Amino acid sequence: MKLTDLYQQFRNPDIIKALAAQINQYSSQITSNINIMEVCGGHTHTIMKYGLKQLLPANINFIHGPGCPVCIMPKERIDHAAALAQLPDVILLTLGDMIRVPGSNGNLAQYRAKGCDIRPLYDPMDALSIAKDNPNKTIIFFAIGFETSTPMTAVLIDQAEKQQINNLLFHINHVLVPPAIDAVMADPQARVNAFIGPAHVSVISGAKIYQAAVDQYQTPVVVSGFEPVDVMESILRIVKQKYNDTAQLDIQYSRAVNYDGNQAAQALINQYLTLRDSFRWRGLGPIPDSALTLKPEFAHRDAEIIFKQHLPTVEIDDHKACQCGDILRGIANPQDCKVFGKGCSPESPLGSCMVSSEGACNAYYRYTGVTNAG
Amino acid sequence: MPAKRYQQVQLSHGGGGKEMNSLITDMFFKAFSNPILESQEDAAQLNLYGQTAFTTDSFTVEPLFFAGGDIGKLAIAGTVNDLAMMAAQPEYLSCSFIIEEGFAIKDLNTIVQSMATELHQSGARIVCGDTKVVPKGCADGIFINTSGVGRILKPGISVKNLQVGDAIIVSRDIGRHGAAILMARDSLSLESELTSDCATLWPIVEQLIAANIDIHAMRDATRGGLSAVLNEWATASNVGIQVDEKHIPISQEVQGLCELYGFEAFDLANEGTFIIALPQDVAEQALAIMKQYCHCDSASIIGHVIKDNKGKVILNTPWGSSRYLDVPQGELLPRIC
Ligand code: SF4
Ligand code: SF4
Repeated sequence: MKLTDLYQQFRNPDIIKALAAQINQYSSQITSNINIMEVCGGHTHTIMKYGLKQLLPANINFIHGPGCPVCIMPKERIDHAAALAQLPDVILLTLGDMIRVPGSNGNLAQYRAKGCDIRPLYDPMDALSIAKDNPNKTIIFFAIGFETSTPMTAVLIDQAEKQQINNLLFHINHVLVPPAIDAVMADPQARVNAFIGPAHVSVISGAKIYQAAVDQYQTPVVVSGFEPVDVMESILRIVKQKYNDTAQLDIQYSRAVNYDGNQAAQALINQYLTLRDSFRWRGLGPIPDSALTLKPEFAHRDAEIIFKQHLPTVEIDDHKACQCGDILRGIANPQDCKVFGKGCSPESPLGSCMVSSEGACNAYYRYTGVTNAG
Repeated sequence: MPAKRYQQVQLSHGGGGKEMNSLITDMFFKAFSNPILESQEDAAQLNLYGQTAFTTDSFTVEPLFFAGGDIGKLAIAGTVNDLAMMAAQPEYLSCSFIIEEGFAIKDLNTIVQSMATELHQSGARIVCGDTKVVPKGCADGIFINTSGVGRILKPGISVKNLQVGDAIIVSRDIGRHGAAILMARDSLSLESELTSDCATLWPIVEQLIAANIDIHAMRDATRGGLSAVLNEWATASNVGIQVDEKHIPISQEVQGLCELYGFEAFDLANEGTFIIALPQDVAEQALAIMKQYCHCDSASIIGHVIKDNKGKVILNTPWGSSRYLDVPQGELLPRIC
């Protein structure tokens, strides 16, 4: 892969300014508010980090959805990870920010400092070599993420099976975007009337997974890339739909996403994983059929089954002051939270929305408060 | 020569006996040769006069060898640069090795040779040192500590010294060291010619001092990168700093890697890139001097010091919006997807 081709045109200032002008022109002819939910935290960050909101008219609002695996992970699942990591001869593997998310008794980084062997991976495939290099240990991959990262886990399971790497187990926490959208819209207070659809998720699953939302809630869904030009163009497409009073599924990120997605990846996922009856989302509560688990025939790789007696079963709610739930549902903004920036900051987060670099509170904390004056 | 008999460092190489002696004389003394070191007294005798800067740093890097350098080069450049950033001419260094039993003698030799080569860049000398060998598993290959002293040629440079109106200059494209380490650490199969910026900065600083440039603050942007330095300055001097994204040099490789992992080049470590705050009217002159020197041809004025937004760093985007440039937090971890 050539590193240099990854981003170039997508930050062109002239294109961004031209898109902003068009958005302003259309929206000036729309009287109602356009409340766009970025389901995915990646978009939240693009909007905040590149200061895009400053370029947009006042009747466009953003609502930051439940689209970050770190934000929506309930504390009891972190406690599972911590319990597994404390077992003798276990190496716990996970991805990125997960090691900073507080469980009920500290985060995984703190457990690591106490001596647990916990490793954040850069590339999930490293799990295979770690398992091979440590034949006398049990390697547990704490698998997280939406449709995006699920295929990686499926590939890992597949390889572990084929290469008979028997010391590699899985704790599956993969969640699905459409049930989360339904949970958001089911709330009578829901204000959302358009969606920016996650890009990476859709590369795998295809844009088709949003069709139901478009039909059922009569909201535009535009599947968008993560660069500033992508997001601005997607907003323009939403505004145009509003102007024309239509609600359609649209793919802005067509350089990587199509309607059907990556069918080989979907097949591999279906081979090893199946729907979980219910998964408790942080802030949103239990949502049926909203997450995945290993199929029964792969129970020999399921850390949740094998170490069942070591895993806590208590469900743990957030700190009383924390409004992450309302934020994930789009009913509140980070600044509405009483402890935002005071009792809760990235250095000492009370809730996950402040922990994850893709979380809404974290993004607001880092990037808001700047004006163009100066 | 006992050291040559071994291919790996043994515990006995730290034991104070024959093996240790031969390691020190055959490898270290040869590479770092100078009369003060070779006098083998309990402590080095130095002649110091005038205002002196003193600094220390320990180097633990994984991997030990990366594109553009290794832990040895880093251990010299890092400490020498800390002195240079105080406008102190690097003179005397100490050097301690903590080596894990079983470490390859060949690798140790490569590291030591690269330290010797890097010392030539500033003319500093290693005048004392220490070697410890620890049992396998007690260290990760090799740790190096270097301390250094140097004579301050131009007093008054300080983090507290930024003045409203000062120009901010960055000496070259940012983020290369952090990116190179990441590339080397991962089994990434990316095509890239990316190398670390790891380098000794004294030669260029010496030129700036010789030209009598009025430097208010100067700092190498190591861990925490450009963001960390600018934020530190804004807080310490109680001023605002405004920088223009379009003037900050970033190589395409670094930018590409950042895209892939969700990092920001502003947060990535550098090991041979520094930032200067100085009066606007001498900024062009400083830039001209810097550009003559290797590594600094992409030096650029990236912003200036303002009186509003005290303690904050503001980044202006090329399309007319702005945001805070915050300090990076915790470990740098890639985004999840
Ligand atoms: S890209 Fe994936 S992990 Fe990142 S915010 Fe979007 S859905 Fe979440
Ligand atoms: S500011 Fe902190 S406590 Fe408040 S909602 Fe956000 S994460 Fe929760």
